[in-house]
Amino acid sequence: MNDRLIGRAAFLGILGAGAAGIFWGRNVADLAGRLVPDQVAGVLPTKGWRIYTIRGIPRIDPAAFRLRVDGLVDRPLSLSIDDLRALPQAKQVSDFHCVTGWSVEDVHWAGIRFDDLLAEAGAQPEARWLQFYSEEVPYVDTLSLEQARLPDAMLALDMDGKPLTKPHGFPTRVVMPQMYGYKGVKWVNRIHVRRDFVPGYWETHGYDSDAWIGKSNFLYLEGKE
Amino acid sequence: MREPEGGGRLVHRFGRTERALHWTHATAFFVLLGTGLVLWLPQLSVLVGKRSLVKDVHVWTAVAWAVAIVLVIALGNRQTLRAYWREIETIDRDDRRWLLGRRAPQGRFNAGQKLNVIMTAAFALLFAASGVLLWLAARESRFRWDGPIVVHDALTLASLALLVGHLYLAVIHPTTRHALRGMTLGSVREEWARKHHPKWIEENERKSGSS
Repeated sequence: MNDRLIGRAAFLGILGAGAAGIFWGRNVADLAGRLVPDQVAGVLPTKGWRIYTIRGIPRIDPAAFRLRVDGLVDRPLSLSIDDLRALPQAKQVSDFHCVTGWSVEDVHWAGIRFDDLLAEAGAQPEARWLQFYSEEVPYVDTLSLEQARLPDAMLALDMDGKPLTKPHGFPTRVVMPQMYGYKGVKWVNRIHVRRDFVPGYWETHGYDSDAWIGKSNFLYLEGKE
Repeated sequence: MREPEGGGRLVHRFGRTERALHWTHATAFFVLLGTGLVLWLPQLSVLVGKRSLVKDVHVWTAVAWAVAIVLVIALGNRQTLRAYWREIETIDRDDRRWLLGRRAPQGRFNAGQKLNVIMTAAFALLFAASGVLLWLAARESRFRWDGPIVVHDALTLASLALLVGHLYLAVIHPTTRHALRGMTLGSVREEWARKHHPKWIEENERKSGSS
């Protein structure tokens, strides 16, 4: 064999493997995951959270923080962190899936069910949508009332037994396990109860509003199902 | 040949084009690695903050890297670059023995150095391709696959491993660190080269003898 072909083959082989990874990333990663022992994989930062922001992690003064609930409500609210913690608290364990392909399993959340929050504010009958504003302007996103009332949707205050940390949305964030992570607005400072739908930040970039896991944002290559 | 301190003749190993290529890539790599790790690891993200600035530095450094590499190749000595690449691609019988851990005489580049260049070049192209796709996916959902992020991550880990080995051999390991002189000043001691890269020196002598 021509000696020169060996190096060329190595070069093209790496490029080929990388291209395969780009096109079939999940499968390649799963295969690699099976080949790598869990002890090793646990150390590598390939599993676990990644922090995405559009403008950076906002600075929030816990003492001055207020969550406003306004719009189609009988009693507009302005809630401090203590006020939020005084509302009925729920707990859940759920998986988190990011639309870019990574997941975190068994996240322990604690916080407020939207029904309890809306009861406190007195949502009016024509209310259909909840528009969440983030302290990270201009991030917004919207859930329908039905979506927000799913048994595993919540406005979280705690993650894994501790108050949310700054990168995860302190003091409060939306948790919507049945949809991709971009629906989970972090650093929520206002919930606008509305009759009409308003697209969220990522939705104006072509991402689906109904971001059901496995049923939305179909991959370009696979086509729509 | 000039006489360096400590005596011994010097032999030319890397021209300006090769050195420019190496240091352009190395500089950009360190900036990209630093900013990339800040973007990647949540603990570092919190520590550093200023995420949008870090992201901008990462993306614009990548653009500057691509432009600079193209410029070096366009303005540099492409003839010698091609000759080096030909040498690097050629993994001969001695190289294969060397890779298996046996003693075998090596040319201007030993088999490990050849693999290092091959991997670095391939990784750079894959970093660029997956990076462009990640950039596009943040703007337009139809450019979103699962793969680019997996590949970009895997490349980061693989490059880190490669970098650690490369830095150790180039800066710390006593018998190999003299090679750093070749990459900074362009030449190495002939006596050192004769010991570590005998086939290269023999070939040089054969060439100068025949001319």
